[in-house]
Amino acid sequence: MPTIKQVNEPEPATEELTLVTAAKAGDMGAFEELVKRYDRNVFRIAQHITQNREDAEDVVQDAFLKAYQNLPNFQMQSKFYTWLVRIAVNEALMKLRKRRPERFVSLDEDVKTEEDSMPREIADWNPNPEQQYDQAELKDILGKTINGLPPSFRTVFVLRDVEGLSTEETAEALDLSIPAVKSRLLRARLQLRERLNKYFKSRRSGDGNK
Amino acid sequence: MTCRDFLKELTDYLDDAIDTKTKAELEDHLQWCHNCYVICNTTKKTIEIYRESRLYELPEDLRGRLRSAIMSKCGKKEPTA
Repeated sequence: MPTIKQVNEPEPATEELTLVTAAKAGDMGAFEELVKRYDRNVFRIAQHITQNREDAEDVVQDAFLKAYQNLPNFQMQSKFYTWLVRIAVNEALMKLRKRRPERFVSLDEDVKTEEDSMPREIADWNPNPEQQYDQAELKDILGKTINGLPPSFRTVFVLRDVEGLSTEETAEALDLSIPAVKSRLLRARLQLRERLNKYFKSRRSGDGNK
Repeated sequence: MTCRDFLKELTDYLDDAIDTKTKAELEDHLQWCHNCYVICNTTKKTIEIYRESRLYELPEDLRGRLRSAIMSKCGKKEPTA
């Protein structure tokens, strides 16, 4: 079975380095170029974490403003994008905490849920299950499904699997260990798969557990 | 290899971040275990669907407004050394 292709490789590192160096020296045009390069990614990450459009808009603005203000402190030992993602994730989690103060939101907690790793329903899917739905329906299903995951799981999933950061970059951006990233990613993937079963499973397949 | 062992390695297997020997063991398990084959296949599909779904794309008009707001705010703030 073929493995997953890695995608979303950001722009070449040397070009980014030139832009960051210029932005650090006060070149606003270079900073605007960095905004253009990564604003879509930051918005996606923010909306995945906050699940709220207005909050995601605020996060995009606050994250870039914070990055701009802290550029002199950016040591260029990591990629600018990884550093920016770290700022954006923290801003998004702060929004989430403000909106849901009754639930402490942290990336450190190793969330145990009743739907943990072991798959309960093993049903095969249709060959192209996403084609059973129109675009709007599919987006609704995917949004609702990922929204049901704990924030710490969906954050790891969106960075690794949607945005294409490596395990190491994800660990750096979230200040987690590599084993912690891998553990959350596995559980996020399996829980999403389990929850999508009801929309995508083939009518012919049988259910069963081992 | 049990199904539980297989699941533990599933993420590294899908990411192709695994040594040749373990990969061969996993693929041997997949040959005869239909349940793990289905889980592996549908998990891979889950990732691909999310990756290709373009969920939460930033609309161009909003993008322009956000960029103007960011650059205007940055222009009023001095970077902190």
